[in-house]
Amino acid sequence: MSQEVFHYPGLNLGKAHPRTHAIAQTTIFGFWVFLMSDAILFGLVFSSYVTSVHATAGAPGPKQLFDITSVFAETLLLLASSFTFGMASLSMKYSHSKRRLVGWLVLTLVLGAGFLGLETHDFLTMVAKGGAPEHSGFLSAFWDLVPLHGLHVTGGSIWLICLLGQIKRYGLDTRTKLDIMRLALFWHFLDIVWIAIFTVVYLAGLA
Amino acid sequence: MSTASIVYDIIGRFTMHSLPFYDMVQNPTKENLINGSIAGFAACVAVGGLVIVVAGITYLKKWRWLWSEWLTSTDHKKIGIMYVVIAFVMMGRAIIEAILMRAQQAWGLDGGFLSPNHFGQLFSTHGTIMIFFMAMPFLIGVINYVMPLQIGARDVSFPVLNSISLMLTAAGAILIMASLVFGQFSTGGWFGYPPYTEAHFLPGVGPDYWIWALSLSGLGSTLTGINFAVTIFKERAPGMKLFYMPLFTWAALCTSIMMIFAMPPLTVATAQLALDRYLGFHYFTNELGGDMMHFVNLFWIFGHPEVYILIIPAFGIYSEVFSTYSGKALFGYASMVLAIMCIAILSFTVWVHHFFTMGQGPSINAVYGIASMLIGIPTGVKIYDWMWTMFRGRVRITAPMIYAIGFIVLFVLGGMSGIVLANPSVDFQVHNTDFLVAHFHNVIIPGVLFGLIAGYHFWFPKVFGYRLDERWGIFAACCWTLGFMLAFFPLYALGIMGLPRRTVAYAQPAYVPLEMAAFGGALLIGVALLSLLIQLVVSYLHRDENRVPVGDPWDGRSLEWACAAPPPEYNFPVIPMVSDRDAFTAAKAFGTAYLPPAEYVDITLPKNAAMGPVIGALGFAIAFGLVWHIWWLVCLATLGAFATMIVRGFARDTTKTIPAAEVEAEYEQWLEVVRAATPVTRADETRPVNQGLADQTALGAAS
Repeated sequence: MSQEVFHYPGLNLGKAHPRTHAIAQTTIFGFWVFLMSDAILFGLVFSSYVTSVHATAGAPGPKQLFDITSVFAETLLLLASSFTFGMASLSMKYSHSKRRLVGWLVLTLVLGAGFLGLETHDFLTMVAKGGAPEHSGFLSAFWDLVPLHGLHVTGGSIWLICLLGQIKRYGLDTRTKLDIMRLALFWHFLDIVWIAIFTVVYLAGLA
Repeated sequence: MSTASIVYDIIGRFTMHSLPFYDMVQNPTKENLINGSIAGFAACVAVGGLVIVVAGITYLKKWRWLWSEWLTSTDHKKIGIMYVVIAFVMMGRAIIEAILMRAQQAWGLDGGFLSPNHFGQLFSTHGTIMIFFMAMPFLIGVINYVMPLQIGARDVSFPVLNSISLMLTAAGAILIMASLVFGQFSTGGWFGYPPYTEAHFLPGVGPDYWIWALSLSGLGSTLTGINFAVTIFKERAPGMKLFYMPLFTWAALCTSIMMIFAMPPLTVATAQLALDRYLGFHYFTNELGGDMMHFVNLFWIFGHPEVYILIIPAFGIYSEVFSTYSGKALFGYASMVLAIMCIAILSFTVWVHHFFTMGQGPSINAVYGIASMLIGIPTGVKIYDWMWTMFRGRVRITAPMIYAIGFIVLFVLGGMSGIVLANPSVDFQVHNTDFLVAHFHNVIIPGVLFGLIAGYHFWFPKVFGYRLDERWGIFAACCWTLGFMLAFFPLYALGIMGLPRRTVAYAQPAYVPLEMAAFGGALLIGVALLSLLIQLVVSYLHRDENRVPVGDPWDGRSLEWACAAPPPEYNFPVIPMVSDRDAFTAAKAFGTAYLPPAEYVDITLPKNAAMGPVIGALGFAIAFGLVWHIWWLVCLATLGAFATMIVRGFARDTTKTIPAAEVEAEYEQWLEVVRAATPVTRADETRPVNQGLADQTALGAAS
C-alpha cells in the first residue's frame, strides 16, 4: 500500500477523493480550531460546575436527583451513535453505496434523538423532584453544563437532517463530503464531552 | 387580556420613561434638565447621524452600490475598511464621553453637573466601546486588510465567515448606539461585576445592553480569531516559511490564537450572567450558593489576555514602521517573535492581579504578582529591538514615526507603573484609585491607539491609492502625544493622593488643579481627533496630487507593497514565490520586482454573500428583543437565523472566476504605470513627486 498523506488528525478522505481531500486541508483544520475553542467553553463550564458542587443551599443535591440507570442508557445510546457515525464516515471514504451511507447517518440520527428524548425525560424528572435551576448555585451550574451539551447534540442533529437533505438534492459532492467530515468530528467531540459529564457529574456526584 | 399586557407583548418593557428626555419634561429640576439635555442631545446626534446617512445614500441613489460593493462583499480588503470605519465612528463617541467625564470631575468639587447615574453610564459605555468597538474592530480591520497581502494570499481562508464576523461586530456597535436613544446603559463599568449587575440591583435594560453587545462582538471575535489563524497557517505563499513572515503577520497569528482561547471565558461569563438575570439562576447572586468570584475569575481570564490581544497587533505595526522608516531590516527578528509568543503565554497566567484585594491570600497573590512582573522582560526585549532597529538607520521622522517614538517613551512609563502595581502590597494601597486609571490608559493609548493610528497612516496609501496629508498628520500626532500626557499624568498624582476611580464628585480642594489639567488634556485629545478628521478631508480634496499608483510609497519591505495601490480584488495576478524575509525588499534588490509573470491563469474568488448582513441584522434583532423582552421578535429572528444557515448550506454556486485575459490586461496596464513613474529617493517621499516607486540606487536597500 502506498504512503497516504495525512493533512490533519482524524479520518482523511485520501486519494480516492482528490479534490475534497485538498480543500479539506483548510476546512477541516479550521474546524479543529473551532472545536478547540468549543473545548475551552466546555472546560470553563466544567470548572464552574466543579467549584459549585457543594453550593446546594439546602436544595436537593446529586444523590436525590440523579438516576444512574437512565443516564447509563443515554451514555450507551450516544456511544453507539458515535460508532454508527464512524461507520458512515468509513462508508464515505471507501465509496460504498450512497444508500449505505445514508442508512448509517439515519441510524445515528435515531440514536441521537433517543439520547435527547431520554435526557429530556431526566430533566423533567429532576424538576419534579425540586431540582430546577433557580433553587441553588449547584443546580444553576448543572443546568448550564448538561443542557449545553444537549443543545450541542440538538444542533448537531439539525445539521444532520439538513445534510441528509443536501445529499438527497446534490448527492455526494465536495460540499456534502466536507460537511459529513466536520459533523463527524463534532459528533465524536460531543461524545468525549459526554464521557466527561458522565464521569464528573454523574459518577462523581453519586459516589 | 388587558391592554397593558397586549402592549407588553408587542413592545416589551419599553415605556415613555425609556426616552432620554422624558424625565426632564415630566420633572424639570435643574439636575434633570442638565442630564436630560445632554442625554437628549446625544440621542439626537445618534438619530440625526443615522437620518443624514440614510438620506444621503437615498439622495445619491447608492443603496444598490452599498449592498453589492460593500455590505455583501467577501473581499478581505473591503471588510477590513468597514471594520476601521466602525472603529472611528465609535472612537468619536467614546472620546466625547471621555471629555464629558473629565469636565464633570474638573468641576466635581461642588458636585459637578452630571448625576451619578449618568456618570456611571458614561464610564461604562466609554470603557465598553473603547475596548470592544474601537480597539478590537480597528485592529481586526487592519489585520484583515494587511495580513493576507503580507503572506501573498488572495483572501482569508473563510471569506463568508469573515463577513459574518464583521456584521456581528457591527450589530453589537449598533446595539450600543441604540442605548443612547432607547433606555439607559449599564452603570456597572466595562467589566459589569455582579452582584451589582444582577436583576436584584439593576433590574433595568442597562446590563442587558452590555451583555448582548459583548456577546455579539465576542462571538464575532472568536470566529475572526479562528479565521485568521487558519489563514496564516494554510494560505501563505509558496516558500514563505513561518520565520519568513513579516512581524505584523506574526503579531496577527499571536493575537488570533489568543482570541480563540480568551473569548470563550467572556462568552461563558456573560451567558451565565444572562441566565441569572433572565431565568433566575444563581451563579453570581448573593444568596442560594451563588458566588460572584466565579464571574470575576472568568471575566479576567478573558480580560487580561484581551489587553494583549489589543497590544500585540500594535507591536506588529510598530515593527513594520520602525524598520521601514529606518530603511533597515528589523533588529532581532527571532527575539521579537519569541518575545510576543512569551507575552501571549504569560498573559494567560496573570489574571488574578486584577483583584489582588479580593481575598485570595498572600501566597496566591505573590505567584500572580511575580508572573505579572515577568511580562516586563519580553516587552523590554522588544523595546531594545526597536531602538536597535533605528540605530544607524536613515530614520525619517514621518507621522507614524512620531507615534512610534512617542510610544517607546510613554509605553515604558506605563509599563513601569504596571510593574509597580504588580506588587500586591503596593496594589493594596493604590487599587481602585485614579493611579490605576492612569496606568492602563498609559499603556493602552500610547501602546494600542498610537500603533493603530500609525498603521492607519502607514497603510492608507496602499488602501486608497493616495497619501494622507503629512502636515496635519504631524500636528495630530503631536496633539495626541501632548494631550495624552496632560490628561493622564495628573491622574497618577491624583491616585496617590487618594482619589478613587469612577468618582462623580469629591470634597478635597487639592484635587482641583490636577483635575483641571487633565480636563485640558482631554480637550487636546479632542483636538487631535478633530485634526485626524480634517486631515482625512484635506487629503481627500488633494488626492490627485498625492496619488501613489505604483503602490510602494515608503520603500516598503513586505509583499503588501508589491501590488498596485489600491490592490486589485484578487491581490496578486500570480501568487509570488518567497525565498527570504522582507520578500519585497529582496525582490527590489535583485531586480525581480515589477516583472510580468511567465503565465497568467484564471483566478477563482468567492462570490458576494448576503449571509453576513442577514445574520448581522438578525443578531441585532435577537439582542434588541432580549434587552427589551420583546419575545416575538426574539423567536422570529432566531428562526430566521436558523433558516438562513440552512438555506446557505444548500448554496452551491458560491465562486466566480476572473479570466486570465482580464488579469493580464489589468496587470499590464499597471506595469505601464510603473514604467512611466519616476523613482523617488526617501527625501522626497512626502512630496507629490512620490508616485509609489522607490529609488533603489541611492543606498543598498537590502541592508
